[in-house]
Amino acid sequence: MNNSPTPNPAPAIDKVRAGLARRRAAEKRFRAYGLSGIILGLAFVATLFLSIISQGYTAFFQTEVRLPITFDPALLGIPANAPDQKALSTADYDALVKHSLAELFPKVTQRRERRQLSDLVSGGASFELRGMLLSDPSLLGRQVEVWLPAGDDVDMLMKGHFDRNAPESERRVKDNQIGWLDQLTGEERLVQRFNTTFFTAGDSREPELAGIWGAISGSFYVLLVTLSLSFPIGVAAAVYLEEFAPTNKWTDLIEVNINNLAAVPSIVFGLLGLAVFINFFGLPRSAPLVGGLVLTLMTLPTIIIASRAALKSVPPSIREAALGVGASKVQTIFYHVLPLAMPGMLTGTIIGMAQALGETAPLLMIGMVAFIVDIPQSMFDPATVLPVQIYLWADSPERAFVERTSAAIMVLLAFLIAMNFTAVLLRKRFERRW
Amino acid sequence: MFKKSLVAACLVLAAPLASAESRDYISIVGSSTVYPFATVVAEQFGKTTSFKTPKIESTGSGGGLKLFCAGVGVEHPDITNASRRIKKSEQETCAKNGVSEVVEVKIGYDGIAIAQSKAAEALNLTRNDLFLALAKNVPNEKGEWVANPYTTWKDVNSSLPAVKIEVLGPPPTSGTRDAFVELVMEHACEATEAGKAIKSDKAKFKEMCFTVREDGAYIEAGENDNLIVQKLEANPKAVGIFGYSFLDQNADKIAGAKVDGIAPTFEAIADGSYPVSRPLFFYVKKAHVDTIPGIKEYIAEFTSEKAWGDTGYLADKGLIPMPKAEREQFSADAKALTPMPAL
Repeated sequence: MNNSPTPNPAPAIDKVRAGLARRRAAEKRFRAYGLSGIILGLAFVATLFLSIISQGYTAFFQTEVRLPITFDPALLGIPANAPDQKALSTADYDALVKHSLAELFPKVTQRRERRQLSDLVSGGASFELRGMLLSDPSLLGRQVEVWLPAGDDVDMLMKGHFDRNAPESERRVKDNQIGWLDQLTGEERLVQRFNTTFFTAGDSREPELAGIWGAISGSFYVLLVTLSLSFPIGVAAAVYLEEFAPTNKWTDLIEVNINNLAAVPSIVFGLLGLAVFINFFGLPRSAPLVGGLVLTLMTLPTIIIASRAALKSVPPSIREAALGVGASKVQTIFYHVLPLAMPGMLTGTIIGMAQALGETAPLLMIGMVAFIVDIPQSMFDPATVLPVQIYLWADSPERAFVERTSAAIMVLLAFLIAMNFTAVLLRKRFERRW
Repeated sequence: MFKKSLVAACLVLAAPLASAESRDYISIVGSSTVYPFATVVAEQFGKTTSFKTPKIESTGSGGGLKLFCAGVGVEHPDITNASRRIKKSEQETCAKNGVSEVVEVKIGYDGIAIAQSKAAEALNLTRNDLFLALAKNVPNEKGEWVANPYTTWKDVNSSLPAVKIEVLGPPPTSGTRDAFVELVMEHACEATEAGKAIKSDKAKFKEMCFTVREDGAYIEAGENDNLIVQKLEANPKAVGIFGYSFLDQNADKIAGAKVDGIAPTFEAIADGSYPVSRPLFFYVKKAHVDTIPGIKEYIAEFTSEKAWGDTGYLADKGLIPMPKAEREQFSADAKALTPMPAL
């Protein structure tokens, strides 16, 4: 008491003052680091989106050519009077296109030039004409103006992906072809229209005929299997572990394993799927069913972890109150705990599904990285999924697949954003805070 | 909701047991080099016949033959594509698993292009230049094997420009890489004095002649050839190795280097004068022809003149056709389903 601590009463506050500028600077610096991190991240995202959209938006349009097509039985090589279905479906529709082009450009007579001329129109045009005649046989013998898809090289030229002024030897579209195209444009026979094929067709090796509907259907079946298995199993596992399981070494071991499984690289699940579902159970290769089973294994840990967190966040007072008024344990869980935990569980499930939607590696092992033209009709038909379709197109030599790759990425991103948005909405709408 | 999804899950699990026994589409696996050609044929086949479109997986030549030779039955593929001939060991595996009768169909040729950006000074290479630039070990003037000391093309051959050696090429898992090593490196290595000296020692020969350098001059660019094209465009000093069809499609951006004085053109590959080209094949499991619908018709489509002929649709996609006589012979053998003899 009688010893005063120091002769000077103000050194502490001086010390603080002396260091103040430094501390403020440190805080500013730290904020700047954080902010620059965010700006950098946003810049990357913006670059990614910009490059994908600027490369891909043209794929939503397709150059089409309007040709006067005469469904002439003589050209088709079928009888003029009431030909049967078989004759109609095997007739030579290519000849119609060639004939029509020859009439538009009567000066073209050389064989080589004729070939170049018929390259202007897509090889898929004949299938389109076949479809028209099969659905409306009364067209036989009549002349109609038909919009047909242009060939992929023409499409690329019209969209400006090929340089018109490059030397002819380096251009896939030759000088005389450009001349014909200019003439067609002048006659308003060449326009760019919305590309419905891209959304309705399956895969094709002709870029102008390729679409993503097959891949979307495949993804749908895969996710259907994944959802209908992983959600109930995941929730059941979480409920058991959280509400019933005793705490002992075994449950600890299981918990550690579930957490570890969530971090296992997805290709490992693919190998497991190949060994178990295909080689042991003999399920068909490339089927969405097997894909769904493999992705179930992959998403289960995510869903279990999210569901357990959701169950944990339900306050014990709810359980105690239910038990207090005489509800059994099962009644408590089904009528009180689960409904309250459900928004959290659903959010976890949707995030897991979004992850599964973007997955390719495990599907590689079970044969879903394949060229499949027919749209899958069930979960046993061979199918592929959206990200795999993107990968396959990215690897194709034809230039027109470059923009289609980007367009498919946009579609996939749209699905992912929609799913994540649903998750956010669910959380906002139903989550209860205690 | 919970109960409903449980029921759905049970249904999903129970249903497949009935379905795996039959298959009404052709299942094809194999080389990623043949994939762009086989898919075109498959699509054409699916659209013009009443059969379903075959399913084609791109597994690589080796992976495809492994799946193909695993046995007979609907769970195994019917056809495998290959960018090289089946090996003796693979044929033995096949026979061991009951796949004894295999029909071999050669479909044409693929050239391997050594290409660079249009902006670059055109290279005129020999296979020896490529070997000296890319091998891990090269013989020095005394004929001794030393670690590759060359850093620029000028070091390799004084007539070449003084540009750093930077080659983008496929990884070892690729059939293109196998073919490149065999057609360029082995060939050039054999011709050197030092190569001749070790020819009898198979292991040593393989180690010296087949190993690509790993010091950064050869960059493994993955299986995606489009990526190599883009990188070449961005870096005019780099040289890329990939299939001819990518050169054909991107002729406005990249140019093929001459190899032994011959440029990689359609004509030069077709007449065999371009040295870096290889045959492509597919193999059919004869035991499946009667159980899976459409295999015969698929073979007929593939071997028709409108597909693999001089002006066929496969030529449009970059396949180099065989001479007419060879086409006729393979077409006849394929249609008669003549099994290939043991190698």
